[in-house]
Amino acid sequence: MNKYLLIPLVLFMGLVGFLLVGLYRDPHELPSPLINKAAPEFRLPVLKEPARILTPKEMRGKVWLLNFWGTWCIACRDEHPRLLEYARANLIPIYGADYKYVNDKTDEREAAIQFLAENGDPYTLTIYDADGRASIDYGVYGAPESFLIDKNGVIRFKQIGPITDDVWNKQILPLARQLNQ
Amino acid sequence: MNVNVRLTTWLVIICVLLIGSVSAFAKEAQPNEDPQIEQRMKHLTEQLRCMVCQNETLADSRASLAEDLRIQIREQIKAGKTDQEIIAYLTARYGDYVLYNPPVKAKTYLLWFGPFILLVAGTVVLYRYVRIRRDKIHEAPLTADERKRAEEILREA
Repeated sequence: MNKYLLIPLVLFMGLVGFLLVGLYRDPHELPSPLINKAAPEFRLPVLKEPARILTPKEMRGKVWLLNFWGTWCIACRDEHPRLLEYARANLIPIYGADYKYVNDKTDEREAAIQFLAENGDPYTLTIYDADGRASIDYGVYGAPESFLIDKNGVIRFKQIGPITDDVWNKQILPLARQLNQ
Repeated sequence: MNVNVRLTTWLVIICVLLIGSVSAFAKEAQPNEDPQIEQRMKHLTEQLRCMVCQNETLADSRASLAEDLRIQIREQIKAGKTDQEIIAYLTARYGDYVLYNPPVKAKTYLLWFGPFILLVAGTVVLYRYVRIRRDKIHEAPLTADERKRAEEILREA
């Protein structure tokens, strides 16, 4: 048999290989341009104490997790019990950023306070991003999204979508340990 | 038969009327904005991808994030930002993926030039194949006898 006849077959198998790998990749997980960049600035009120303003600068010297969420976000509810569990382990301080979009006229602040009172509060503090500006500055598009920020205020890891036990144990915790050294 | 034709005609008329009225409603209510700004924003957001729906442009998407981004882009246009500055603002947050027209850089060389490489390779393969084929076919002129027979066959036909 002519060996050249095998070329299309080999090319086709290569194509099938690419498509097969593509099947198992999540198209929503995109590399963030913010990795290894300084965490964007914000000046936002604390959810439960509107008079108190928090900025990322105050977090210098700590390795911390910033978790963007909202009561309108279904996947955040799925993640919530795990966050409570991780917070109890007390290994990384978890800060929440409760946000909503401009056209969402509901009282998200009230809803969030109530949600945390009913379901437990994993957050050391939660900031309230009423017009979603901070969420846009952090490039959030698939809530919940979490950012691991190092002692110098640099973003080291980003999780798009709920944190799973696998992500927490195999990626976030080891990285946080390393950053804390 | 006649009834059917008449029914079809009516259906066509009804469909045309329906489509007309729907498209009249579908026109987006333009807020009291400067039409020049809206024009620029439309042009710009048609080249950008909505990160939530991924297959929709920022201009078409009804996702909340897209709505907020359009608000931001409108503000930035009013503040006198150039299109490049606005695109830089978005790529700094969401990466090159927001661009429907990806930039030419080392990472995207294959994307940009791959098709041309395939084209050149295909042309080379085709050229060689045609040449090999031509060499294989021996031009053998007909003998006088064969020609005579061929002419006979043609005449009969």
